[in-house]
Amino acid sequence: MLSWRLKLRNILEEKTLKDKKLKTQLASREKLYGKSAKTAAKIEKWLLPAEAGYLETDGLEKTWRVKQTDIANEVDLLSSRNQYDIVLPDFGPYKLDFTASGRHMIAGGRKGHLALVDMMSMNLIKEIQVKETVRDVAFLHNEQFFAAAQKKYAYIYGRDGTELHCLKERGPVARLRFLKNHFLLASVNKSGQLHYQDVTYGGMVASIRTGKGRTDVMEVNPYNGVVALGHSGGTVTMWKPTSQAPLVQMQCHPGPVSSVAFHPNGHLMATSGKERKLKIWDLRKFEEIQTIHGFHAKTLSFSQKGLLAAGTGSFVQILGDSSGSSSSHNYSRYMNHSMVKGYQIEKLMFRPYEDVIGIGHSMGWSSILIPGSGEPNFDSWVANPFETSKQRREKEVHLLLDKLPPETIMLDPSKIGAMKPSRRKEKPSRGEIEAEKEVAIEAAKSTELKKKTKGRNKPSKRTKKKKEMVENAKRTFPEQGHNNTASKKRRIGEDAAAELPASLKRFARKN
Amino acid sequence: MKIKTLSRPVDEYTRERSQDLQVVFHNFDPSLRPMEKAVEYKRALTAAKLEKIFARPFVGAMDGHRDGVSCMAKNPNYLKGIFSASMDGDIRLWDISSRRTVCQFPGHQGAVRGLTVSTDGNVLVSCGTDCTVRLWKVPRPTLEDSSVSSENFIEPAAEYVWKNAFWAVDHQFEGELFATAGAQLEIWNHNRASPVQSFQWGTDSVISVRFNPGEPDILATSASDRSITIYDLRMSSAARRIIMMTKTNSIAWNPMEPMNLTAANEDGSCYSFDGRKMDEAKCVHKDHVSAVMDIDFSPTGREFVTGSYDRSVRIFPYNGGHSREIYHTKRMQRVFCVKYSCDATYVLSGSDDTNLRLWKAKASEQLGVILPREQKKHEYNEAVKNRYKHLPEVKRIVRHRHLPKPIYKALGIIRTVNDSKRRKEDRRRAHSAPGTIVTKPLRQRRIIKEVE
Repeated sequence: MLSWRLKLRNILEEKTLKDKKLKTQLASREKLYGKSAKTAAKIEKWLLPAEAGYLETDGLEKTWRVKQTDIANEVDLLSSRNQYDIVLPDFGPYKLDFTASGRHMIAGGRKGHLALVDMMSMNLIKEIQVKETVRDVAFLHNEQFFAAAQKKYAYIYGRDGTELHCLKERGPVARLRFLKNHFLLASVNKSGQLHYQDVTYGGMVASIRTGKGRTDVMEVNPYNGVVALGHSGGTVTMWKPTSQAPLVQMQCHPGPVSSVAFHPNGHLMATSGKERKLKIWDLRKFEEIQTIHGFHAKTLSFSQKGLLAAGTGSFVQILGDSSGSSSSHNYSRYMNHSMVKGYQIEKLMFRPYEDVIGIGHSMGWSSILIPGSGEPNFDSWVANPFETSKQRREKEVHLLLDKLPPETIMLDPSKIGAMKPSRRKEKPSRGEIEAEKEVAIEAAKSTELKKKTKGRNKPSKRTKKKKEMVENAKRTFPEQGHNNTASKKRRIGEDAAAELPASLKRFARKN
Repeated sequence: MKIKTLSRPVDEYTRERSQDLQVVFHNFDPSLRPMEKAVEYKRALTAAKLEKIFARPFVGAMDGHRDGVSCMAKNPNYLKGIFSASMDGDIRLWDISSRRTVCQFPGHQGAVRGLTVSTDGNVLVSCGTDCTVRLWKVPRPTLEDSSVSSENFIEPAAEYVWKNAFWAVDHQFEGELFATAGAQLEIWNHNRASPVQSFQWGTDSVISVRFNPGEPDILATSASDRSITIYDLRMSSAARRIIMMTKTNSIAWNPMEPMNLTAANEDGSCYSFDGRKMDEAKCVHKDHVSAVMDIDFSPTGREFVTGSYDRSVRIFPYNGGHSREIYHTKRMQRVFCVKYSCDATYVLSGSDDTNLRLWKAKASEQLGVILPREQKKHEYNEAVKNRYKHLPEVKRIVRHRHLPKPIYKALGIIRTVNDSKRRKEDRRRAHSAPGTIVTKPLRQRRIIKEVE
């Protein structure tokens, strides 16, 4: 039970360190850290103050038949205050965002209504009407700042509603997300460009032209900080700010991707496509684990405990992992909810550290109880829902001190602090070269040539062009015989140099 | 149907009164902390940079002598005081906290070569080139010491004249004997005017002497015939003796591992030996470019400080080949004596420019009373920096020291010389029959032979 909670810290690549003293010192230190982590995990098992929520039905009753009204009857007063519908019919579909501690929420209506709410006291801190379309809202590192993607530009507002910054460089933004560890505000705009901006000093870290057209599906993987975009061709691409090409491109759906969501542990990704399928992917192997048919999920969200919420039309479906182990996942129906009066769901987001899901819909926002979705024990140094202002200020300073540079965003963050293994250049084997050649020729043969008009579409020209493309593909792989003749021309080749006695090594030609 | 949802009543999770401490909860689950490795690395980098920002090792200089400082002695019973003697016979007792002379011990006619204090702190023994050994009564430190003016002159309790000039003196750790180094090694008692015992080997003079902290009857000496000898007072002759390539200027025993001694050599390196097996050095500490004049161990036994003719003071780990720290100033000339303070916080150096300088042993340490939270933060910074110390970015910051130009250039020349020697050696080996050319390890190379 302890093993899945502990990440093994293995920064030592045994082969790469040649300094024996350093190697033994590091090995003994790492052993000590491992031991201390284990004892900490053992102790915490008994000392944690709260237990997770649950929903258990007896006998033949199914969990997805349980309605919110039934839950309200069984649960205490404090929790039942978290079930409500706030109806604001004038201001359009609402998008939501929560702070990391789950205490504050920002709701942005399409027609320009921005509201900052303290969820614990149900207190409206500030609301402003910006009088133009608001497409997305996001909190920055705490509740003092939030960003809104408005009609032409994105703006950053302070807690009391004053407009602090107008982010003109980005253009009309479709989606905004904040990367907490790096203090980067990521956005994708209407022409499909991805922008990363460091909010501590305002510099634009990267602006990447994705080349895949307009999209408004963007999510951040909390585990490693990569941004995933879902495109209309059904591909999901993953980006980091330091490279112009995507890290990964996955063909997820035959049709456009509607929504993407990441599990907090970073290994699972859920995508939904317009062809009414929901797919669960393993990000370590980039393989599909599960497909769920039946509904087109416009919005997806994972909770801290691994529950997946999918929203279609006015219907919320919560899926839970029925297999207990971490290696295999089997998502099945857990709970359902139909929005009252058929309000259309715009965005779903689980509230951190609470068994609550926030629903932004066409007539305002609601919140319903989902037992077992929130992490019961928060750590005061990570995210504290009961923060005082002094603690908030201290935390801000510590967050800034621990701000990571954008180069640390990578698919596998455990590589940081590890030694780079020394690469010995190996020539690919003959079989491998053949295989690569085959693949290149297949790709060349299968490319569709554009059918030209106005008399330029002669069949002979088309075949000629196709042949030329295949020849080009073949030419990139030099023939095997060619290599041998070239090496004979050298006076003493590399193999021969290895056979020389030690005293004559200085005469071997260095290439 | 059983349902439970999370609910947190506010009073359980917040403090009752403003006098109470804030309520803190811990959850060490790694899934709550994404990218913790990267954050830890960033903290290591920040800790290394902060350490460099706060590194101000020089505390102050004690000014007063009129000629170069030749030797120092520390009183094991009184942390605040240090004795120093100069080349014109002036012996002073300093109060380190106010950096002023408490009292002076005039009397020597020539340079004072050796100073030592008995273990109970009552008697100060000094010897010099005027062939005399003087014993002084150390004044009891009182509360008025720091405010009283420095013009206290103390008369010697006893004065013994002998046949030859003395080079060094050291007092036994438990007992009434002290040893002087001159033409021979002589053992004296406080009350006798002539030595109780004397050891001689050959015709060369003995230049330094040091008693073992663990065994009261064992002492190590070095002579100008490039030898290091270990004597046992209960025997009539030497116990162990080795001859090296260059002479040893000073010796220090490790207070925590009393069988190990470290010798400060004229060729710029220090050699650590195990006293029981002297044919091979345990460790060679190489970083000085000129002769190492003096060496002293920290009371923890983990580090030692060396002062060298190349105008720098270096601190070495007891088992490491290279120094962890170097201290230098434009005004500090040839360093003749160094001492590590008895609380392992300060390092004192006495140099040719008549000043005694006080340095911090850990350059970025915050002195004074530290809150437990601050102490924890310092320890955390130290631990996280050590965890990533071998990675290039952190290593570059941690290793960086400003060296004075002559030392920097000299190190470059030494490196070139060593590289070329090694290359020549490799080529010789490559061109001769395998097995004919055998290189001795550095630990043995500098020892010519062991004689007994």
